[in-house]
Amino acid sequence: MSWEVVIGLEIHVQLNTTSKLFSGSKLSTGAEPNTQASLVDLGMPGTLPVVNKEAVRKAALFGLAINADICRHSVFERKNYFYPDLPKGYQTTQLDKPIVGAGVVEVQLESGEKKVVRIHHAHLEEDAGKSLHEDFHGMTGIDLNRAGTPLIEVVTEPDMSNAEEAVAFAKKLHAIVTSIGICDGDMSQGNMRFDVNVSIRKPGEPLGTRTETKNLNSFRFMERAIKLEVERQIDVLEDGGEIVQETRLYNGDTHTARSMRSKEDANDYRYFPCPDLLPVEITDADLDALKAAMPELPDARKARFMADYQLSEYDADLLSGDLATAAFFEGAAKAGNDAKLAANWVMGELAAKLNAEEKTISNSPVSADQLGQLIARLKDGTISSKIAKQVFEACWAGEGDPDAIIEAKGLKQMSDSGELEKIVDDIIANNTPQVEDYRNSDDAKKKKKIGFFVGQAMKATQGKANPQQLNQLLKDKLG
Amino acid sequence: MAIDSKVVAQVAHLARLKVDQADTDALSSRLNDILAMVDQLQQADVADVAPMAHPLDVTQPLREDEVSEPNIRDKAMAIAPAAEEGCFLVPRVIE
Repeated sequence: MSWEVVIGLEIHVQLNTTSKLFSGSKLSTGAEPNTQASLVDLGMPGTLPVVNKEAVRKAALFGLAINADICRHSVFERKNYFYPDLPKGYQTTQLDKPIVGAGVVEVQLESGEKKVVRIHHAHLEEDAGKSLHEDFHGMTGIDLNRAGTPLIEVVTEPDMSNAEEAVAFAKKLHAIVTSIGICDGDMSQGNMRFDVNVSIRKPGEPLGTRTETKNLNSFRFMERAIKLEVERQIDVLEDGGEIVQETRLYNGDTHTARSMRSKEDANDYRYFPCPDLLPVEITDADLDALKAAMPELPDARKARFMADYQLSEYDADLLSGDLATAAFFEGAAKAGNDAKLAANWVMGELAAKLNAEEKTISNSPVSADQLGQLIARLKDGTISSKIAKQVFEACWAGEGDPDAIIEAKGLKQMSDSGELEKIVDDIIANNTPQVEDYRNSDDAKKKKKIGFFVGQAMKATQGKANPQQLNQLLKDKLG
Repeated sequence: MAIDSKVVAQVAHLARLKVDQADTDALSSRLNDILAMVDQLQQADVADVAPMAHPLDVTQPLREDEVSEPNIRDKAMAIAPAAEEGCFLVPRVIE
């Protein structure tokens, strides 16, 4: 009998506020170490936290987006532990009364099947600083710029049963938080970090002992880490061993994981309500305002793409998931006045190029307007699809707008039929054996053999001949 | 729940407090007295009382999302036992 896999996720979502959760320190990445750490963030005695209104608003907005109950009086607690990048000696977080209660996220799997993942709750908390273990001659360097960054930690029920489902859920969550504008969603900057709880059991048996693999920062690493851990647990159990409840660390570069052998008392955090903070109230008026301001959610956007642009469900799913991709597609479709062509280019040429150069669509060298212009020229017959790829490459390389490139390089499709006719006449005159051969062939063979003449004409015109016009001319003249 | 010297030692360790063996008996006795008082409170009839998250009937004032804190790194570094290249230095910690 095969094993059943049970997966639950905890996801840290970094909120994109201007300032920190409990202090007015600036929140941005890439600053010099400790230049964005105030007395509150440094854990100085005598300081008091003051809660950031926008962080509360964004957390509640997330709750509404997943149809969760919003806690009207949520409470901050202290989670006590000692670590150098946590100078206060406790993390301010939430436990019994988190701001977001139980909710649901519906996920579409690759098979087309739909799956509901229940959210247990989501709470507001602050991030810790960073420990830097290199370059400090045997010491550890502490940078507290990140300390106090607002996060929501989203905790799912153990509703996923393989790595693909977990990744599909993670992508959907990414789509939701970026669509409602509460998180920048840049995984490489740690904007979303995943902790994965995995256990296995025989069908019908009680839940097995679970392990937690922490801090996975890409969808690919998450998928690989889950598969690796499932294999490990199966091996251990089938060899008659036991799974130990532990925290594990996955190394994406080596595709290995190891146990973080923390002391057994390390998880006794002695939570208690933070005496420095009062319950955070959310009123009916607050909720009404949030509902009124709710941006379009991914599912609604997908439905709109299918209805407004006549996209297939598959195309709509790919284009609507990520807010930046959706906005790019809509921009290109509008500028080029052709949604189908825009969809093909965004998912085809553009996606391939971005992928190859490890760029995200937000920093694509070709803008949505430029792609739209290219599509417009393709559509009105100024250029052929082959030339369009050439123009795209030039635009990517920074040579200017498509119109300017077409003009500068003289890439306009030959529209003067007289000129093309002359070229065709020359080809027919200079290739007598091929012309004879063509004329002696049946219709099926003619279809193949015309390719030779098309090739010659394209060569002579450097690809600028209009394919339809050329084909017609050749057929007329060859007979 | 009764607190013995073993629990006292454990909690003291978690809080990084140094408690002499000689003091743990006295401490466990005093902590047990506190727990006894809590037990007494538990007996109060609160069936008609709504649960309360905080003893004060007020809610948290919120702050606008604006940057109000300047960069105080130089001052913080000046009072740190060790600092280098903008980082505070601590004995090596690695898991």
